[in-house]
Order: sequence, then structure tokens, then C-alpha cells
Amino acid sequence: MENTARITGKRTATAWKKPVSYNLQKKTRPTEAIIQAFLLFCGVVSILTTLGIVLELGKEAWLFFGDPEISVISFLTGTEWQPKIGKFGVLPLLNSTLITSVIAIVVALPLGIATAMFLSEYASPKMRSILKPILEVLAGVPTVVYGYFALTFMTPLLRGIFGNQNVDVYNMASAGLVMGIMILPLISSMSEDALSAVPRSLREAAYGLGATRLETALQVVLPAALSGIIAAFIIGVSRAVGETMIVAIATGSGPNFTFNPFNAAETMTGYIARISGGDLSYNTPDYNSIFAIGLLLFLVTFGLNILSRAISRRFREVYE
Amino acid sequence: MNQPSKYAIETRGLNIFYGDFQAVKDISLQFERNRITAIIGPSGCGKSTVLRAFNRMNDFVPSAHATGEVLYHDQNINHPSVDAVQLRRLIGMVFQKPNPFPKSIYDNIAWGAKMNGFRGNTDDLVEETLRQAALWDEVKDNLKRSALALSGGQQQRLCIARALAVRPEIILMDEPCSALDPIATLKIEDLMRELSQNYTIIIVTHNMQQAARASDYTAFFTMDTDRSGIMVEYNETSLIFTKPKDQRTEDYITGRFG
Amino acid sequence: MKQMEPKTFGSNQEMQDAEKNFLHRRHQRARLAQSVFQLTTLLAVIFLATLLVTVVNKSMGYVVVENKVDPSTLSDRPLSELNNTELAQMLRENLRKNRVRTLERAGFLEDQSQSTLVQLVETEIIQPEVVESYNLFPSLINSSKIKADAASTYPNAKVEFRYWLNGTLLTNSMASQPELAGVRSALLGSLQLILITILTAFPIGVGAAIYLEEYASHKSRINRLIQTNIDNLAGVPSIVYGILGLALFVRALQPFTSGALFGVDGQNGRTILSAGLTMALLILPILIINAQEAIRSVPDSLRQASYGLGATRWQTIWHHVLPGALPGILTGTILAISRAIGETAPLIVVGASTFITSDPTGPFSSFTALPIQIYNWTTRPQPAFQHIAAAAILVLLIALLSLNAAAILLRNRFAKRV
Repeated sequence: MENTARITGKRTATAWKKPVSYNLQKKTRPTEAIIQAFLLFCGVVSILTTLGIVLELGKEAWLFFGDPEISVISFLTGTEWQPKIGKFGVLPLLNSTLITSVIAIVVALPLGIATAMFLSEYASPKMRSILKPILEVLAGVPTVVYGYFALTFMTPLLRGIFGNQNVDVYNMASAGLVMGIMILPLISSMSEDALSAVPRSLREAAYGLGATRLETALQVVLPAALSGIIAAFIIGVSRAVGETMIVAIATGSGPNFTFNPFNAAETMTGYIARISGGDLSYNTPDYNSIFAIGLLLFLVTFGLNILSRAISRRFREVYE
Repeated sequence: MNQPSKYAIETRGLNIFYGDFQAVKDISLQFERNRITAIIGPSGCGKSTVLRAFNRMNDFVPSAHATGEVLYHDQNINHPSVDAVQLRRLIGMVFQKPNPFPKSIYDNIAWGAKMNGFRGNTDDLVEETLRQAALWDEVKDNLKRSALALSGGQQQRLCIARALAVRPEIILMDEPCSALDPIATLKIEDLMRELSQNYTIIIVTHNMQQAARASDYTAFFTMDTDRSGIMVEYNETSLIFTKPKDQRTEDYITGRFG
Repeated sequence: MKQMEPKTFGSNQEMQDAEKNFLHRRHQRARLAQSVFQLTTLLAVIFLATLLVTVVNKSMGYVVVENKVDPSTLSDRPLSELNNTELAQMLRENLRKNRVRTLERAGFLEDQSQSTLVQLVETEIIQPEVVESYNLFPSLINSSKIKADAASTYPNAKVEFRYWLNGTLLTNSMASQPELAGVRSALLGSLQLILITILTAFPIGVGAAIYLEEYASHKSRINRLIQTNIDNLAGVPSIVYGILGLALFVRALQPFTSGALFGVDGQNGRTILSAGLTMALLILPILIINAQEAIRSVPDSLRQASYGLGATRWQTIWHHVLPGALPGILTGTILAISRAIGETAPLIVVGASTFITSDPTGPFSSFTALPIQIYNWTTRPQPAFQHIAAAAILVLLIALLSLNAAAILLRNRFAKRV
């Protein structure tokens, strides 16, 4: 075997920028420090964003509630929103948001869970490779397109089924149903993750006792995945509550406190979109109301998200 | 640094902890320059931990901390004022599973050198280190080939060449042959013998026969009753294997445990 | 096999029959359930298909067009073949002097581009009006009836099959008549907007991901704080980002975003810059999460090898971790961009203009974007606007499809290499 440095021992020795030093004193490396500082800043930007949201919403909402005519109680419990005569009760908007979200969940939850069941317990790999991309496409469609769909397809459909006199041109049902379609992929994929996380050994134990696939799926796997599915449900609601475009296009403008889904009634998000889309002068009650409602929206969705994560975290602990 | 110390590197009363758990206890070892020293013992007694203390690779485990001294060129490398980056260049490492970069053979070797300030002829450097690692003849036809296309044994020799390219003084080897077949293993053992003329080699190995074949000195580690690793015996290899002083050493090398 | 039935039986044969019956029913139920689940999944496919079909249906069909002035009386050749002088002359001959003066505020007629002049001739002189329009399916099924109705109700009008997604839509700017409106300004607005978004979000997002994965220990408090924060931000409704953008970029940072700080004559903060920055904040969480995953997928042995050679942390990251993570980071970025392109709500709040005829000139100009245009047209009462909204939706969907296809191709190409 050829021996070592016969070739270029001398040449390579002088080829280094500095001779090899055995001094191990800590070197200052300014570039490293600068880069680390920049990267830390990048990480902190997200914290700044959250702070920004909370501060800005809080600040303007404070101004809103600073107006002597408006109080937090009347805001949260008032059933009329008529800025012109000084009535700022958020219940009509909140109510509409809730009704549309409930309709959406009523559509998306059973369909989503059933789809997840099919994909996780029954479907062959080939079927999965076709169906999952389709669900992903459904999830990727921009919400403004869904809004268009609600207005040009769903509303005429509802009016055709239930009669023109019963269903308004703008109504909550149309938006709610389309929102359900929109969040279906979300619930389906989260539920599927929950179902897949249930260990195979549990299923095999059930099969080994002579259970059918349905019995295994419904009585063994589903209960085991329940917290994950509840987490999916809560996220779905949060998503529906925060959705803007579908409701802005299909539910109509103008707050309206009604329980009839076939009526027009503006939601919280629709209101914000409408007001900020018009002429807006700073420091008017209208401008400040955006922030008050935005704050309410943020708190509700934030709370739901935290709840969902806590539930799914508890679920993960059980299996990992 | 007026007179070069007798030993390439030595430890005095080294203790290493992972959080509250003591992994090794009171290790005092001196490693002879330009010799091959093997560290043997059953699994879990901290051999790799001690090895990684020599080039401060334990720094990357957040819970790891050490007390005692590791003296290299008259400096305790555990001292916070020591530059670990420069240290790692001077004390190179070959890992258990070969880990060449996903680059060409040429670039694998060139990168480390260039990064440490090499300005000379890279082609010469690559050839020199590949020859030193006994890999030159096998790859000289196509140095631009991806390193991942080589066999396990070849990859490991490439990793050795890569380590040599930054001109270390000591080479640490953490069970370098455990992922290789016997023929590749023998090639690497021959290589170690060649390299020890110019470098100090410290090798951790599970393979007693390898230690007996290839090393000049051997240290035997075992687990103490509190599950921390301790060094039992350290001597010339021939003496350890023919006339072990401690009963535990004898039990291990005759196969009664481990 | 032990008995499950609590009933008592007279004979062995009865027991066996009862068991068989029970089993049979269970299997029946199972098969029924399977069909139900299958059907449900099929529903998802049906929804998607219905959505696409609705859009396509509305994007083409017969139109009955009435021209105020018949183009053939103006010239025997088609308008696109006339040159600037001829078109300008046509305008001067047929319009009132005042009108010509107004049109010439931007410059002499002869100096304007040929396409602008053609559009002017159409808007000012010919003034086509779609008096009746039909969707695709009715057009295909009832074509003879449509033509007969048109002939009787609108004797002066022509019936033609129109693809609303056509060159005019792509090259024209916003107009008040649906026949002549186009998405050009909106497309340019979206493009410039996304550019700013990427330039801001990419470095910050990748930087944050690198910090979280390589620098801050995973258990440290700052790491967990930033991580939870990012997870929370990913779930905040997009309109809330719009509100933040309104308060922060449009209002508080007005000198910066309106360009006044740079000497530009800016009116207010409702500029492309504000919108771009707002969208950057919106996609930052998903970008960071994706980048983190990509960085995590680089095997640790590579890092160890690099450190073992005496490399610093940044050298290791720059030369080994980032190149390995790059395919995943790029895929994640493309997906984040495709999300940003379709977002409308934040743009509404930040103040996208609903009627813009001129193209955006830079980060400090007021803007509109493609989804805003769609929203705007959808909410207009005239039926023809619904058609061009559908056409604009097709443009958006095609853009999204191409982006996602690019991401998938990228992912596959790099997966093969490894």
C-alpha cells in the first residue's frame, strides 16, 4: 500500500492560509454572531405579529368602547346593530355567524367522518391515491370561488327546491352549505389522521374475535380516535366562524337578527368586509367597530384553536 | 507551550453527566503520541461518551456536562474559553456509520480543507489524502462520482481521507468497522497501522479481536454498580490480553460476560 | 365458539340457525355501511365536479349582442387591421369635440397604442351591449330556440357563441361594461403583490425555521414560545390579518407604505406595499412550519460530519443543511404562495380599490388583485358580470393549478435524486 505524504508533503504544508495553530483560545466570530442575531429576529417576528394583533385590536376596540354611548354589555347583548341611531349590539352578527357555522358543521362533520372512515378502513391504496388528491383540490379552492358557487348555484338550487318566496336571494343557508363543503376536506383529513393513529393491534384484536369491518370501525377504532375527531370538529367550527368571502357574497349585507336560515343576515366577518371596503375615515365609530368585532372574532377563534390543540395533545399522550 | 507534553491527549478525573445521570466516573487516561489506543468494554459503559468528550461533540447534547480535565497541548479543553471549532479540526473523528456528504468524492475532501483556509492545490490535496486512506487506486478514475455510490468500506475510507484533509493531530474512531464486512474491516485496520506513523489514533471498539490485532495500548471500561462507566485497566495491548491485572478484565476477555 | 344469544333453544339445530341468521345480518349491515361510506366519499368528488361545472357553465355560451353603431358602417376591414391614424380619425369623426379633448388628456390619439385605440372605438362608438346571455348547457341544448327568441325580440342584434375567457378579458383593464372589462390590472396587481410577499416572507420564514431547528434547543423556553405562537397564528382567520394590516401598515406606517418617506407623491397607505406585507404575515406561519419540516428531514449524521471537521454552526447550515432542505422549502413556499394568491378578505380590509383602470406602477400605487376583481364582478347585478366572473375564476384556477403542478414536479424530481 502506498505510503503517505510522499507526493506533496511540502507543498500542501505551505498552502494553508495560516499554519496550523494549537492555540485553542476562543475566537470571536462576528459573522456568526450577526447571523445568529438576525435569525433570532426572524423567529421573534411571529411573536411581534401576535402582539401586534392583540395590541392593535385592543387599542381600537378600547376607543370604540370609550365612546359614552357604547358599553361592553350593550355590545354583547344588544340585538340591534344600527350605527346611525347609536345601537351597537353585536348579537345579530354573532347569531348569523353561529347559524352559518352550525349549518356548515352539520354538513361537514358526518360527511367528513364518513369519508375519513372510508379512506382509512376500507379504501384500497389505489382508491386512496385518487381520492386524497381530490380532497386536497377541494381544500385548495379559493374561498371567493366558493362564494361565487354559493350565489350562482346553491341559492338558485335552494330557491328552486323550497320556493322563491321562502328563500331570499341572499340567505344564510346557501352560505352555510357551501362552507360545509369547504371545510369537509379539513375535517376529513384530521379525522383520518386520528383514525390512522389508532394502532393496528387494536383492529387485529377485534378481527381476531370475529368482528366485521363495520363493527371494528364503529365500536373499536372510532371510540379510540374520538378525541382526535373532536379536535377536528372544533377546528372546523373555528374555520367556519372565521370565513369571510363565502358569507360576504352569499348572505347579504345588513345585520339582521333572525333564526330563519333562508333569510339574509350579515355575519361578523361580512360586516368587517363591507365596512372596510367602503369609505372609511379613521376614528369614527364605524372604523373602531371593525376592531371591536375583529377582537371578538379573534378571541373566539383563538379560544377554539387552543381548546382543539389541548384535546388532541391529550389524545396523543395516550398513544405515544 | 514551551515543551511539548509527553502525551497527545490525557484526561484527569473526567466525569460526564447527562442531566443527573452520571455516564462516566473519574476517568484518568494518557494517550501516547503516534500510537493506536483502543477502548474496549461492554455496551453502555460510556466508551463513546468519553471519546466524544475529546472533541467536544457532547456539546451537541443539551443535557451533557463534564467535570474534570481533558488536557490537550496543556489546555483543559473543557474550559469555556476554549474554541471547540478549532479543537474539532485538530482532533478529527470517524463515525460508526459512514457519513459522507451527498457530494462528489472530490468535493467531500475539498470542502473541509477549503473551509479551514486551504489555499493550495486542491487536486494534490485530494490525491494525497486518498492515498493516505488507501482509496486512491479504487476511485482515481472518476473523482466526480457521488460519494454515495461507493460501497460501505469505501465510504468509510473516504471519511478518513476527509478527516485527514484538515490536518488533524489526533483521529478519534467510534466503532468505525461495526457497519462493515470483515474484508473492509481488515483494510481499515491496515490503514490504521499506516496512519499511526503520523497521527495519534484512539479507537472505541466492541470487537475484542480487533483491539488485540490492531492496537498498541488498550483501556478496558466497565459499568460500576451505580451504572456509571469506569476505567478498570489500561496497559499495553499484549499485556492486557495475556496478563490482565484485574479479574473483571480477565472475565471480559475470556468471554465470561459482555 | 361460544353462544352469544341469551335466548334458550329447544335443539342444537335451532341454535345453529339462529347464529347463522345473526351473522348474516351483521354482514349485511357491514356491507350496507361500506356502501354508505363509499357513497359519502363519492359526494366529495361530486361537490368538486359540481363546482367546476358551474364555473365552466357560466363561462361560455350564446350571447345576443346589440351594437349601437354597426362596425361595418365604420370601416370594411376589421378594427384590428386599422392603423393608429385611421382609428384616430374614426374617433375624431364620430365623437363630440369635448369627448375627444377628454380622451386626449393622456396624450394625442395618434400617439396612443393601437390596442388602446381599438378599445376606445369599441367603448365610445360601437358600444356593444349584451342584451341577453346564456350559459353553456342551455346554449348547447336549446340553440335553435335561443336563436329564434333573439330574432324576434332583438331584430337588430347578432347571436354569437362567446368564450368569456378570451383575449379581451386578459388584455383589457377594468371597465364599467362587462363586455369590455378585463383582468389585466388585476393580474398585474396580484403579481406585484405576490412578489413583495415572497421577498418579505421567504427570508424571514426560512430564517425563523433555521433558528428554531438549529440554534435554539428544542426544549428551551424561547423555542417553545415561538413554536406555540406560530401554531396559533396559523389558525387565525385571514380577515384578522387584514385588520392588523389596516391598522399597522396602512395607518401607522403610512409614511413608509405610501411612499412619502421616499419622496413619492403618495395619497394614503392603501398600496401594494401594505397589501404585500399583510399577506407576508399571513403566510409566514405555514411557511415556517413547512421549512422546519424540511430542515428536520436532513439526517443528523451530516451535521455531525461537518462539525467533526471543525465547521462552525452557520457553515454547517449553509453548506449542508440548507442545500439538503431546499427542495422541501421550495415546495412549501410554492404552496404558501398558492394560498396567498387566492386570498381575498385581507385585501378588502387593507383597501384594494374596486375600480382601477390604470395598471399599477410600483409598490406605492393603489391596487386591485384578481380575487378582488372576481368578488367585485360576482356582486354586480348585471348577468353578464357573472359570466366574466366565471372567466376570471378560470384564470385564477389555471394559475393555481400550474403552481401546484410545479410544486409536485419539484418534489418528485428531488425525491428521485436522493
